[in-house]
Amino acid sequence: MDLLADLLDILTSVSFWVATLRIATPLVFGVLGVLLCERAGVLNLGIEGIMVAGAFAGWFAVHAGAGLWGGVAVAALAGAGFGFVHGFLTVPLALSQHVAGLGVTLAATSLAYFAYRVAFPQLTEPPRIVPFGQMAWLASVPVLGAVTPLTLLALLLAPAIAWILYRTPLGLALRMVGENPAAAEGAGINVTATRIGAIVAGSALMGIGGSFLTLAAFNAFFFNMVNGRGWICVALVVFASWRPGKALLGALLFAAFDAGQLRLQQSAAGNQVPYQLWLMVPYLLSIIALVLVARKAAYPQALMKPYRKGER
Amino acid sequence: MEPVLRLTGITKRFGALVANDAISLALGAGEVLALLGENGAGKSTLVSILFGHYVAEEGTVEAFGKPLPAGDPAAALAAGIGMVHQHFTLADSLTVLENVMLGTEPLWRPRSRFAAARARLADIAARFGLAVHANAPVGSLSVGEQQRVEILKALYRGARILILDEPTAVLTPQESGKLFSTLQQFVAAGLAVIFISHKLDEVMAVADRVAVLRAGRLVADVARSTTNKAQLAQWMVGRALAPAPARSARPPGPVVLQLDDVHVNVAGRPPLRGASLEVASGEIVAIAGVAGNGQATLADLLFGLASPASGTVRLDGSVYAAHPHGVIGAGVARVPADRRGLGSVGELSLWENAAIERVRSRRFARAGLLRRSEMRAFGRELVGRFDVRGPGLPDGPGLDAPASQLSGGNLQKLILGRALSIGRQTGGKARLIVADQPTWGLDVGAVAAIHARLIGAREDGDAVLVISEDLDEIFALADRIAVINHGRFIETRAASDWTLAELGLAMAGRRA
Amino acid sequence: MRLEARDRVSRVAAIGAPLGAVVATLVISALLVRWAGAPVLASFGALLQGGFGSRFALAETLTRATPLIFTGLAAAVAFRARFFNIGAEGQLYLGALAAVAVGGQLGGALDLPSPVLFVAMLIAAALAGSLWLAIAAVLRTRLAVDEVVTTLLTNFVVLLFVSWMLDGPMKDPTAMGWPQSVSLPAELELTKVIERTRLHSGFVLALLCALALWALSKFTAFGFEARAVGANAQAARFAGIRVDATVVKTALISGALAGLAGAVEVAGRTGYVTLDMSPGYGYAGIVVAMLAALHPLAVVPAAIFIAGMFVGADSMSRAVGVPTYIADVIVAVALLAVLVATQIVRYRVRWT
Repeated sequence: MDLLADLLDILTSVSFWVATLRIATPLVFGVLGVLLCERAGVLNLGIEGIMVAGAFAGWFAVHAGAGLWGGVAVAALAGAGFGFVHGFLTVPLALSQHVAGLGVTLAATSLAYFAYRVAFPQLTEPPRIVPFGQMAWLASVPVLGAVTPLTLLALLLAPAIAWILYRTPLGLALRMVGENPAAAEGAGINVTATRIGAIVAGSALMGIGGSFLTLAAFNAFFFNMVNGRGWICVALVVFASWRPGKALLGALLFAAFDAGQLRLQQSAAGNQVPYQLWLMVPYLLSIIALVLVARKAAYPQALMKPYRKGER
Repeated sequence: MEPVLRLTGITKRFGALVANDAISLALGAGEVLALLGENGAGKSTLVSILFGHYVAEEGTVEAFGKPLPAGDPAAALAAGIGMVHQHFTLADSLTVLENVMLGTEPLWRPRSRFAAARARLADIAARFGLAVHANAPVGSLSVGEQQRVEILKALYRGARILILDEPTAVLTPQESGKLFSTLQQFVAAGLAVIFISHKLDEVMAVADRVAVLRAGRLVADVARSTTNKAQLAQWMVGRALAPAPARSARPPGPVVLQLDDVHVNVAGRPPLRGASLEVASGEIVAIAGVAGNGQATLADLLFGLASPASGTVRLDGSVYAAHPHGVIGAGVARVPADRRGLGSVGELSLWENAAIERVRSRRFARAGLLRRSEMRAFGRELVGRFDVRGPGLPDGPGLDAPASQLSGGNLQKLILGRALSIGRQTGGKARLIVADQPTWGLDVGAVAAIHARLIGAREDGDAVLVISEDLDEIFALADRIAVINHGRFIETRAASDWTLAELGLAMAGRRA
Repeated sequence: MRLEARDRVSRVAAIGAPLGAVVATLVISALLVRWAGAPVLASFGALLQGGFGSRFALAETLTRATPLIFTGLAAAVAFRARFFNIGAEGQLYLGALAAVAVGGQLGGALDLPSPVLFVAMLIAAALAGSLWLAIAAVLRTRLAVDEVVTTLLTNFVVLLFVSWMLDGPMKDPTAMGWPQSVSLPAELELTKVIERTRLHSGFVLALLCALALWALSKFTAFGFEARAVGANAQAARFAGIRVDATVVKTALISGALAGLAGAVEVAGRTGYVTLDMSPGYGYAGIVVAMLAALHPLAVVPAAIFIAGMFVGADSMSRAVGVPTYIADVIVAVALLAVLVATQIVRYRVRWT
């Protein structure tokens, strides 16, 4: 009963919803990024590393003097760069998408950590930057008034990606390349270029998602800060049936659970349970979500099948 | 009048195989040209070259008087060539409208013009009598409706030359009739049509001119009014059948395999719908039919990869096993059509592939440990007995080579040898041999060797079922020929009771 | 650009490609060293010296290689059957916990002779890893749930579980507040192979496991089936092999090996379980396996190479100030280079 009362308290507090939006933001960027890659037929397991790289690159650019949005742009570029590597390995070279993705995660993470240590050899505490603040022009709006620009961007990105996918020729070409590349080829579309383009764009989004962590959620780069968010995004995409609207909802739902579990931990009832069990909730939820949808998952038909031109 | 399409000296090779040999053809406006030939005659290859999916080694293509760049579907589309593929190039989860619109708008346009596209599609659909629901996902449509979408794709892009690759292979008779009247409307609108088929009925009903391909060459190019079905059949099959290997006339023994009103559904394949058949020991039964009438499902069933939804399948009176290991255990010798994808594991060595079906048998394993020397000995014996040739064979080093390095013919000999060696372990009972397209893609020598083996097995009292699209092979091997059509065996006769023309007609779905 | 399978592996490609991979790795590493402001040759020298250049260094490297061999074998056996076990990190920790639970806690309660307890400890660790991975395996064979993401996410779950255990039920009351587990009694610890170094007999056990896995793959019917399933599952099924059962059995072996990695680390190096006892051995094991082209015997030199990089990087960092993360980068780049090289060996590149 106590637990129920605590729960209601949490659900009706503004800070809970603000926290939900904050936790959801990197997930939204990540999930939309993975969505673009997989819709084009390629699994991108480089996301975890790309988020780390984006987090570092964005923060470092700001520290070096670029404005906050400059930092975001640098993070996007870093993501795009690693995305291109992944695209090159998986599309023309047709390497195993699992293995290439894990390799990219490794490379991106280690490069980011290395660069950090080269830049700040002795420091135990990373230098802080001034992160994104709340938006003055939205101040009067409840909940939204308390979030940072990247969060707003994330919320607007989902419908934007939906628009691109479903209402533009580019989006149609991208979807076709992930469903029936032979058909796309027969319609005069360059499958390789489209796939690599989708991966680069998706990875740029992943990089931005990572930068949110250092430029808004926190104000510096820490080791292990991404902490599995990338993998969670991969699970969420399946749960969202590769649709941007559902992806946004899925990310918000997940973030709500995460924000909720954080607060329940602190409540009187929640205190009885070891905090580690609370922290497990997000990961367990992701696995359960995957199990629930696996059987009837409407995979893009050509996902993970390398395309060889002229082979029919 | 200038031809709208002219092919000159088109030659296409795949390795050693000459798929198209110096073919020259012309197509006039408002004309329906039928490309006739058996499976493997080179028809699909030729039109794939036209459409830019393949590049010919020699020869040129001119469309509307201008040379057509090779290997470029976009150029073909721009030149007014549209193709309706035999295996539809459609995305099931996208709508009809989306499938049709693909690639027709500038890539970077910020907003697709759906309303205009919808209107244009409706206009074209009305003009040619091809009604479709623009918003339906393609996966929800019937095969006939999907084909209409495939046709509309070409018309939407302003095709003036339409190529249809075996369009009636997947249609019911009524849908085929509808398609033919649609073709008449194309022609009336000034389009030129190339129509690939091996159904003589249709060709005689629809075509203005008929071009017959055989083994990659153009053997006839005539106006339809000057020819008839018998002559076309003659051109299609051509030379006198090769002399069949010697066989004894013998009454068949007891029934070994029995299918009774079997219905089987395998995802993505045409089903078996009430198939009934018997194969007795000491006879070869050949299954003749146009590709796509249930042969693959029949093969899956007999290989143990699928089980019947209804009806019974019996082997020597007991229920047929539903898993490969059960079928192997029952002593059924299986030769699949897909040598490299299903019949062998390319990365494993020859001797490993030889023993793979019996890895856990007492001969090859003791207490879970492999008896490698036994396996190698078996492999060496197989290679010797079945004349499998390759680098380093028949000695040691050759046996260790990965199976992927064997040529098609030698791999097939290995697979056949492995299959035929199964019976040795089941105490000499009459075996069932199931061979699916056993000599597809092989040279004459390998074909003869494999045929000799199959007939030898028949002489030994085995029951043999051969599924084939090669009429030569069917007549060379069969004691009885059963024709499969739309998932059922519609007619079964002794081989000597079939003429070529009757067989062709039966395969087309018509009884003589 | 298009790939065409080569029918014959050309001499040039077979030697040139791996060589190219090595060169590419060296060049990129050199660039990184320059970026860190250190002299290239001296740095590489310090790296090699620190990893392999002295008796002590070699012992350190082999010590670090021990868990890598186990997790490398775990990844190799799984990947070979196309079952992507990315959860070795979690399985390692579970194995370590199980070892300590049986050896440290339970062992005290039951009065069993040490050798028996030791074996029981190892079995418990193997079982822990095994059963944990079996869940993911069954989810895949029965419910078609892709094992990559599930095994990845379970790593985080396990780490939290370990943290909970170390905070509570398995906490060492004598450790003055540090979250660490009860220690193993000295009799259960692995003996040192070389005096005054950290190299322990777990290394020998690792070598034996590599040998055993190789023998399993080459000489047993199960190993044969696993190889067939990994190479072409369709053809394996056609040939009568029970594919699902093979995948599950492979997963059990893989999990067991990862669990053993944890037990061996506890019994050989640390004596107790802490949250940071593995600096990513589970993930590194995947890299080891891929560098070894999934071959069990090749896992040993691959593990030693990677361990050497990390040990050498420590001392290189002290000598010339290049951050230790360079080892991670070298390993990652080496991996990607090797992957590209293998493709080039197997396929010809055609420009269209």
